[in-house]
Amino acid sequence: MLLAIVVNRLAMALVTLAGVAVVVFVLLRVVPGDPVAMMISPGAGPAEIAALKAHYGLDAPLFTQFWIWIKGVVTGDFGTSITLHLNVTEVLAARLPATLELAIAALLVAVILGGGAAVVGTLLRRTPGEAVIDGLNSILLAVPDFIWALALVLLFAVALPVLPLTGRIDPALAQGFVTRFYLAESILTGRFAVAGNILSHMTMPTLALALPLAAVIVRLLKQSLKEAMLQDYVLLARIKGFGELRLVLQEALRNAVGPTLALTGVQFTFLIGGTVIVERIFAYPGIGNLAIDAVINRDFPLIQGLVLLFGLIFILINIGVDLTVAALNPRLRHA
Amino acid sequence: MEHWAPASAPATADIGPPPLSVVSRLVRDPKVVGASGFVLVLIVLAVAASLIAPKDPLAQNLLLADVPPAGFSGAEPGYLIGTDGLGRDVLSRVIFGTRVSLTVAFVAAGLACLIGSLLGLLAGYLGGWIDTLISRLVDIWMAFPPVLLSILLVAVLGAGLHSVITAIVVIDWTRFCRVIRTETMGQAQMDYVVAARTIGFARPAILFREIFPNVVPVLIALLTLEMGIAVVVEAILSFVGLSVSSDTPTWGGMIAEGRQLVHEAWWVLAAPLAALFATVVAFNQLGDGLARSLDPVLRR
Repeated sequence: MLLAIVVNRLAMALVTLAGVAVVVFVLLRVVPGDPVAMMISPGAGPAEIAALKAHYGLDAPLFTQFWIWIKGVVTGDFGTSITLHLNVTEVLAARLPATLELAIAALLVAVILGGGAAVVGTLLRRTPGEAVIDGLNSILLAVPDFIWALALVLLFAVALPVLPLTGRIDPALAQGFVTRFYLAESILTGRFAVAGNILSHMTMPTLALALPLAAVIVRLLKQSLKEAMLQDYVLLARIKGFGELRLVLQEALRNAVGPTLALTGVQFTFLIGGTVIVERIFAYPGIGNLAIDAVINRDFPLIQGLVLLFGLIFILINIGVDLTVAALNPRLRHA
Repeated sequence: MEHWAPASAPATADIGPPPLSVVSRLVRDPKVVGASGFVLVLIVLAVAASLIAPKDPLAQNLLLADVPPAGFSGAEPGYLIGTDGLGRDVLSRVIFGTRVSLTVAFVAAGLACLIGSLLGLLAGYLGGWIDTLISRLVDIWMAFPPVLLSILLVAVLGAGLHSVITAIVVIDWTRFCRVIRTETMGQAQMDYVVAARTIGFARPAILFREIFPNVVPVLIALLTLEMGIAVVVEAILSFVGLSVSSDTPTWGGMIAEGRQLVHEAWWVLAAPLAALFATVVAFNQLGDGLARSLDPVLRR
């Protein structure tokens, strides 16, 4: 039953999220490091420091602090950012769309590039072309998003200066938006010049995030496709006179895609984790870039909110993957 | 190695060539040979950096700032890959940078391997509430984005090499734990374990003397892959400014400086990035090759 899977997974997710909340809360407080020290003016006296601590509730006992925070979290209130002086929930809501658009664009690019290369590799199997794809891919599998991002900076800053190096959109164009989903909104409202500008900003971070995932997809999907091509139903279709491309796309792909789908879901969480450093490199205004600032400034409420948000996204993706796999597999569906 | 086959060997096809030992399989794999050669070069560079590097990696010369690599107009003799914004020799800094990278690769990956595989062995063999506890802990860990968690840990612990190593161990033990737990569960079902139990071996003896040696091949491959990961994590933390102090040359620190100078002096970014790329690829190819040669399932 799908419903039983959903209920079970949601219950597990709550336990995991509670664990994440405790870990991050305790981690931030057991070790010396004072967020107030980051914000006071150099000449502040002990009285001012105490007043600031009281203002942010940092003078209360640890358990009381945790209880106040958790009560707020349950009602969707993550407290007030110490450095930004804004409600954490609002800050996250303003920054999340940028990261979601980037991550989903990277996922799409990875699926298209990886899927395309796997199909081409299958068509070229047992030829030198396949060896070239395999050899390249074994190197691509090793290279993380951090290296890709900087290699792209090098390429587009020095050799081919056609793409903007930082930001999400030309500031002059960032007006008149109803939502924070700038790319989706500009496409839906037909503002294609604006969409083009956003896409040019997104190209490098998207590629940096997509290439490692594409490499993983190529390896697994090509393996599954090659196995599927040896099955009887493919032989039957071949006897019927189907062309090679049609055999791969219509017969083999449908049966081979399952394991890749599950793996892509898991890898998508890694991709989202990668936005932290990739957004930093391109000064892209999402939650990843925000997270590094929050950590450096020891902005406790903001860090806690961000870590829980990342945890929630990871868990939701994992549940989504499990459900998709279950829905596509009739044996699991009726189990 | 045809001369290994005895001359009188019957030419029957069903027996096939004699199985190669693990070592000779590894020596035949060009990937493994190339990658381990590269890692060996890195070790030599790290150990003998002060003998090999042409210049003092910290010596500044503001009159020779942003000098391009040899072959470009404005290049200075003696500065093969040019200088950075403070006139320091980029090649010497890359060579000295291997020290931090390799220290992290061996120490952090080694400790993560030790802790992760110990917990994995216990969870996989003992099962029950210990398995539930450890697996739940892994689940919680996996719900953190690793880069964010490492930055968080180092920010909490204070910047420096010890913190970087601690952070990598604290984060990446899960990689070993998950895989070794599954492996151990598989091995525990095998006949030899049942036999050992029947003879009356104690549980620790079964786990460490019988099961552990069979998990070692997977462990070695994982460890090599983790070394590549650790090098990148150190570079990321240096890039964010949380690794060793800025007067110790690191690839990540150079990359951060080069990122700011990319329009004026691209080589300051390109040189450490190329070193990082080659190192990560080498560890990965080595891990891949070891996994293929050591794993009886992947072995053909």
